[in-house]
Amino acid sequence: MTISRREFMKWTSAGAGVAAISGCATAGSGGAGRVVVVGGGYGGATAAKFVKMWGPDIDVTLVEPNQHFISCPISNLVLGGNAQMGDITFSYEGLRARGIRVVRDSAVAIDAEKRVVRLAGGDSLPYDRAIVSPGIEFMVEQIPALKSAEAQARVPHAWKAGVQTVALRKQLEAMRDGGVFVMQMPMAPYRCPPGPYERVCQVADYFKKAKPKSKIILLDSNPDITSKKGLFLAAWNGLYKGMIDYRPNSEIADVDVKGMTVKLQFDNVKGDVLNVVPAQRAADIAVKSGLITANNRWCGVDWTTCESTAVKGVHVLGDSTLSAPGMPKSGSMANQHAKVCAAAVVALIKGQPVNRDTMMMNTCYSFVSGDSAMHVASVHRFDPAQKTIAPVKGSGGVSSAASAAEAAYAWGWARNIWAEALA
Amino acid sequence: MRRVMTLLAAVAAGGLVQPAAAADAQYARSLAATCFACHGTDGRSVNGVPPSLAGQNRDYLLKQMQEFRDGKRPATIMHQHAKGYTNEQLELIAGYFASVTPGRAVPAPAVR
Repeated sequence: MTISRREFMKWTSAGAGVAAISGCATAGSGGAGRVVVVGGGYGGATAAKFVKMWGPDIDVTLVEPNQHFISCPISNLVLGGNAQMGDITFSYEGLRARGIRVVRDSAVAIDAEKRVVRLAGGDSLPYDRAIVSPGIEFMVEQIPALKSAEAQARVPHAWKAGVQTVALRKQLEAMRDGGVFVMQMPMAPYRCPPGPYERVCQVADYFKKAKPKSKIILLDSNPDITSKKGLFLAAWNGLYKGMIDYRPNSEIADVDVKGMTVKLQFDNVKGDVLNVVPAQRAADIAVKSGLITANNRWCGVDWTTCESTAVKGVHVLGDSTLSAPGMPKSGSMANQHAKVCAAAVVALIKGQPVNRDTMMMNTCYSFVSGDSAMHVASVHRFDPAQKTIAPVKGSGGVSSAASAAEAAYAWGWARNIWAEALA
Repeated sequence: MRRVMTLLAAVAAGGLVQPAAAADAQYARSLAATCFACHGTDGRSVNGVPPSLAGQNRDYLLKQMQEFRDGKRPATIMHQHAKGYTNEQLELIAGYFASVTPGRAVPAPAVR
């Protein structure tokens, strides 16, 4: 029998599968195994669905504090008046219909020794494998004036879709024509690389129609535009000529909330509406569970399984992971993490070989207006020599130009990735 | 060689390892799953944009992906994705979608 390189890679984990079987036995699960998923966003909801789909006899519980799923992708269109909150808000009923137990609660601790997830409401959920997809927390401590809830309502981040999205949209609607919208964005890595640049396009689209004398200042902590640079510049110098003042190397020091001023190192920038997006790290449950391995911010994982490099039996997905080279923190990437993880978790629980030739693909669309969009794409493959996943040479790229055709594909992407997570 | 030993050891450990055919099927499924985000779970696309792949003819799917890859069929994005896979991987992806029963995609349940 000859074994190809691919065969090799797929079968190498057979030993790990055997180990997992004995792990299940000590956990005393008896049946087909129990999976607890913490966090019902793009990563967690998709992982819950695919564990159930690919391992129907596995008992799957999803823990999520919010009643509804509200999508960050497309939420910039709500700010621009090109979509409504109803377009990006979904229920978890589709997952319940699949036989997944959806618990509305927050995980407060993961006991990896006893293999139990503890909830704020007092319940404990035993697991054979835990999947943690908690998203990001803002490092508000870096911007002292934004500590209070009042300050955060006055100067929203709107970087988690929901009440903050609605609050920022209301402020934009209430702003006088001739006002100034000031957005300040953090140093990479942050959630959704092209998101800030798309946001100023959406606000410009709204201003152009409703308040044409108004201006936008984008204060970027980074030295340059971090994503789709040429395409965004084309929109700013074309569609929105003279409306957007882009200022790189503009790291924030603090905010004067009363004076509606963003304080930079050597400059103060006053606005009528302020939108400050603080730097980010993995959410609190990742900190409390010892999952953080890099810069006190992100969770290291084995990219063939998404299992934590710090805590055995716990898998981490989405924006809270330490991103591999060339890997964005995106909903699209979280969707890919989820399926790699789900396949591995089902295989490990059932004692089957785990695929080690891991592939992931990223597609991020950005809308420059209500009906024109563009993309950045990449394909990633696990490299066993480097022990990480990396972009495949010669693959990927960006749109040649924003177009109406890609706006249709962007909505298709949204509808399908939402269904992936929730239907 | 060490990998072969691991494989043999695992097989010897009590027949817990699946036959190679099943592992191949799971590999094909995982490759195809990278496409689901845009083309829908199992290639059943909500509203059919981008197109559903479920139940399409294997050779037709493979030819399209190869033509995207080689720049013979114009595309907005597919040429960039197709270049990320080996020919063997494209064959497995085409085979997976061809094996899926076509059906209506269920959209995410709205809250209105």
